[in-house]
Amino acid sequence: MSIEVLPAEIAEGVRAARRPGRFALVMRNPSVIIGATIVTFLALVGVLAPVLGTISPSEINPVYRNKKPGAERTIRTEDSKEVQFVHRFGTDTLGRDVYSRVVYGARVSLVVGLTVAVLSVAIGLTIGLIAGYIRWLDSIIMRVMDGLMAIPAILLAMGVVSLSRAGLLAVVIAIVIPEIPRVVRLVRAIVLSIREEPYVEAAITVGTPTPTLLVRHVLPNTIAPLIVQGTFICGSAILIEAILSFLGIGIPPETPTWGNIMAEGRSLFRIYPHNIFYPGVCLALAVLAINMLGDGLRDTLDPRFARRV
Amino acid sequence: MAETPVLNLKGLCVQLPRGSDRAHAVEDITFSVGAGQIVCVVGESGSGKSVTAQAVMGLLPRELNPSAGQILLQGEDVLQATASRLRDLRGTRMAMIFQEPMTALNPVMKVGDQIAEVLEIHTELSQPDRRNRALEIMRAVHLPEPERLLGVYPHQLSGGQRQRIMIAAALVLDPALLIADEPTTALDVTTQAQILRLIRELQERRGTGVMFITHDFGVVAEIAHRVVVMQSGRVVEMGLSDDILRRPQCEYTRMLIASVPSLKPPARAPKLGATALAMERLSKTYGGRGLFRRGRLVRAAENVDITVRRGETVGIVGESGSGKTTVARCVARLIEPTSGSIRIDNVDVARLPESRLRAHRRHVQIVFQDPYRSLNPRRTVGASIIEGPVNFGLARAEAMQRASRLMALVGLAPDALDRYPHQFSGGQRQRIAIARALAMEPTLLIADEPVSALDVSVQAQVLKLLDDVRQRFDLAVLFITHDLRVAAQICDRIAVMQRGIVVEQGPTAEVFAAPSHAYTRALFEAAPGRNVQFGPATNAV
Repeated sequence: MSIEVLPAEIAEGVRAARRPGRFALVMRNPSVIIGATIVTFLALVGVLAPVLGTISPSEINPVYRNKKPGAERTIRTEDSKEVQFVHRFGTDTLGRDVYSRVVYGARVSLVVGLTVAVLSVAIGLTIGLIAGYIRWLDSIIMRVMDGLMAIPAILLAMGVVSLSRAGLLAVVIAIVIPEIPRVVRLVRAIVLSIREEPYVEAAITVGTPTPTLLVRHVLPNTIAPLIVQGTFICGSAILIEAILSFLGIGIPPETPTWGNIMAEGRSLFRIYPHNIFYPGVCLALAVLAINMLGDGLRDTLDPRFARRV
Repeated sequence: MAETPVLNLKGLCVQLPRGSDRAHAVEDITFSVGAGQIVCVVGESGSGKSVTAQAVMGLLPRELNPSAGQILLQGEDVLQATASRLRDLRGTRMAMIFQEPMTALNPVMKVGDQIAEVLEIHTELSQPDRRNRALEIMRAVHLPEPERLLGVYPHQLSGGQRQRIMIAAALVLDPALLIADEPTTALDVTTQAQILRLIRELQERRGTGVMFITHDFGVVAEIAHRVVVMQSGRVVEMGLSDDILRRPQCEYTRMLIASVPSLKPPARAPKLGATALAMERLSKTYGGRGLFRRGRLVRAAENVDITVRRGETVGIVGESGSGKTTVARCVARLIEPTSGSIRIDNVDVARLPESRLRAHRRHVQIVFQDPYRSLNPRRTVGASIIEGPVNFGLARAEAMQRASRLMALVGLAPDALDRYPHQFSGGQRQRIAIARALAMEPTLLIADEPVSALDVSVQAQVLKLLDDVRQRFDLAVLFITHDLRVAAQICDRIAVMQRGIVVEQGPTAEVFAAPSHAYTRALFEAAPGRNVQFGPATNAV
C-alpha cells in the first residue's frame, strides 16, 4: 500500500490545526453571546410568565385604572387569602396590570418571530432550490418574487389581515408572505454558484436523481446563510407584529402583545407614559438582541465575512 | 562575482504559528541573487518558496514572523526596515509580479493609471512626464498600440497582455530586484513562452536581478542562470542551471527532474479494440438569440470527429478557449451539444433527454481537474464513492465492499473510506476521484486535466494509476490536457484543438515527430524546456 506523505498534506494539517470547530467559533463571538443571553432570558420570561408574580393579564379592574408604577392593592387569591399586590409597571386605562401584560406579551412576540422565521425560511428554501436548479422555471418564479417585493410589506400585511379574521395565524401569514422573496433570492444565488461545483457535476454523472442531488449536495450549503437570514427575519417579524397590533389590525386587543399594550397607552401617553415605555423597552431589547445574534452568526458562519473576524 | 549581490539571504527562518505541524515555514535559507542574474526557486507546494518571496517583499501574513537571519537588499537589511522605509523600497528597489494578473490588477482602474500610480507615489514627475514614462515602459514590454492601451481596463486585455502590464508597472522605476511568483502558471503555453522571453530580455537590458519562483522544470530550463531547490522549507540544493538540470546531486532534485514527463512519446502499439466512443460532427454553440438581446454567437466546438477505442487513450490538446473541455462536457452530457452525434456503445446520446440518459450515464465517468472541489467536502469518501452504484440499485453493503477493493486498487488504505476529503492531499483526492469513477464500472473514462492541479511528483503517480486502470479494465480514456509533456506520455493518439476546431489528429508519436499544422508546430515550439531531456530514461547518473 503506497500512502503518499506529501507537502500538501502538511499544509492541510496546518490549516486543520488552526481551524477550531464552527460551534466553538460561534460561541466565542461577543455579539452572539450577548444576543443569545438576552433572547434566552426573554424566552424564559415568556415561558415562565404564570410564575413570575403576575396576575391574569386580561383581568379588568375599573377601580384601579391608570395607576402609576408601584401602586399597591389587595387581591384575593384562589384559596381566599388576601395578598398585597404591587403594580410594578402600573395599570392601564381598564385597570389591567401592565407588568403582567408585558410579561405575557413576550409569548406572542417570540412565537410570532419564531414561526415567521421558520415558515419563511422553509418556504423560501423550497422555492429557491427549484428556481435555482430548474432553469426554465427560474424566470417565472423570480418575476413573481419581484412582484411581491414591489408591494410594501405593511400594505400587503394589512391586505391579508383584512381578508381573514384577525388573529395570530392571519398575522403570521401576513408577515411571512413579504419575507419569502428575500429568502428565495438568497437561496437561488447560492444554488446558482454551487451547481457549478465539480462535485455536483460528478453527482450528475453518477446518475443521482435531481431531488436527491438537491437535498444531498446543494441544500447543506444553504444552511449557514439561512440561519443568519432567519434571525434577521425573526427580528423584523417581531417588529412588524408590533406595528400591526399598534395600528389595530393585528392580534385582537384583548390578547396582550407589546404592540397592543402600546396602542392602548397611546391616548394617555403624555400623562401615563409607563403604558408605552415598558413594552417599548422590551420590544427594542428583543429586536436588538436578535439582530446582534444574527450579526454575530453572520460574522462566523458566512464565508464572506468569516475571514475578517 | 566581485560586486555585492542585489539580494542576499542569510540564514532566514520564518516561524509558523504554534500548533502547526512544523516549527518553521522556511528554515535557514541562504542564497543570493546577483545583478543581471535569474535565480529560479523551485519546489513543490508547501516547500516555502512563496513564503521566502513574501519575506523579501515584507508581505508576510501577520501570523508568520521572521525569527532569524538577514535579508540584504543591496546591503540593506529588509527585516530591520520600518514600514515606511519598506514602502519606499518596494517599487523603487524591488518589485514583484504575481501568478494571476487579473486579480493583481485593480479591475476598476485604467491600466495606464495603474502604471502611472507607481510613478506618482515614488517620483516627483509631472503628469505629462508620468504619461511618457508609462508609454515608454509599455513599449518596452512590447504591448501593441500603447497610446490606446493606456485608457483600457484590465478585463479588456488578454491574460498575456495583463501580465505585460504587471511587468511594466513593476519595472517602470528600474528596480534592482524583480520577484516573479509563478508569473506564467496561469498562462497558455504560447503566451508563457513570450512572457519568459520578455522577462529575459528586459532583465538583460537593465541588469535586473530576478528571483523567479516556479514549480515547472521546463520553465527553469528556459530561463534560469542559477537554481535553488527547496523542500519542506529548506534549501536542498543549489547551483548553476545546467548542473542542476543535468547532474542533480540531491535525491529529491533527482526525483523531481525524473518526474517531469518527457516530450518524447514512447513507442506504443496501435490499439484495435472495439469503438467505445465515436463523435461525429459534434458542435456546440453558445449565445445567439436571447429574449431581449441578440447575443454574440460563440462556436465553442465545431464539427469535432474523434473516436476512442476500448483500451485506448485519446488526448485532446489545446490552450484555454480551444473547446477541449466543451467536448468533454458534451460527451459526459453535462451540457447538450448543438448538433452532431455522440455514439457510446453504438447508442447516440447526443440528443437523449435526461430521463433516458440515466441508463447511459454509468458507462461514461469523468475525473475532474480540481480534486479539492470534485468531492463534496461534507460527505465521507466512502459515501461519495458508493453514491453512483447505489443510484443504480446496488445494495449499500455490496457497494462498500466494492469501494474498499477500489481503495486498495488506487493505493489508499480501506479505512480512508470513513474520512473526509479535507484529510487527504491533492494526489490522494485525485485517486479517490478515480476510484469513484471506477465504482460505476464505466466503459469510457473522461479525464479533464486530471493532473494539472497536482505537484509534479504526484502527477507522475496519478498518470501511472490512470494508465494501470485503463489496462486492467480495458477502458477507453478521453484525456483532456493543455500539457504536451503529459499528452506525450499517456496518449495513444492526440487531437489538437484550436478555437473549437480539431486542426490535427493522429497517433501521438507521429504528431510529435512531424506536426503538420502550423498551430501544432507553434505549440511544440512554445513548450518550455524542450531542449532539455527530462524523464526517468535519461536520468541514470
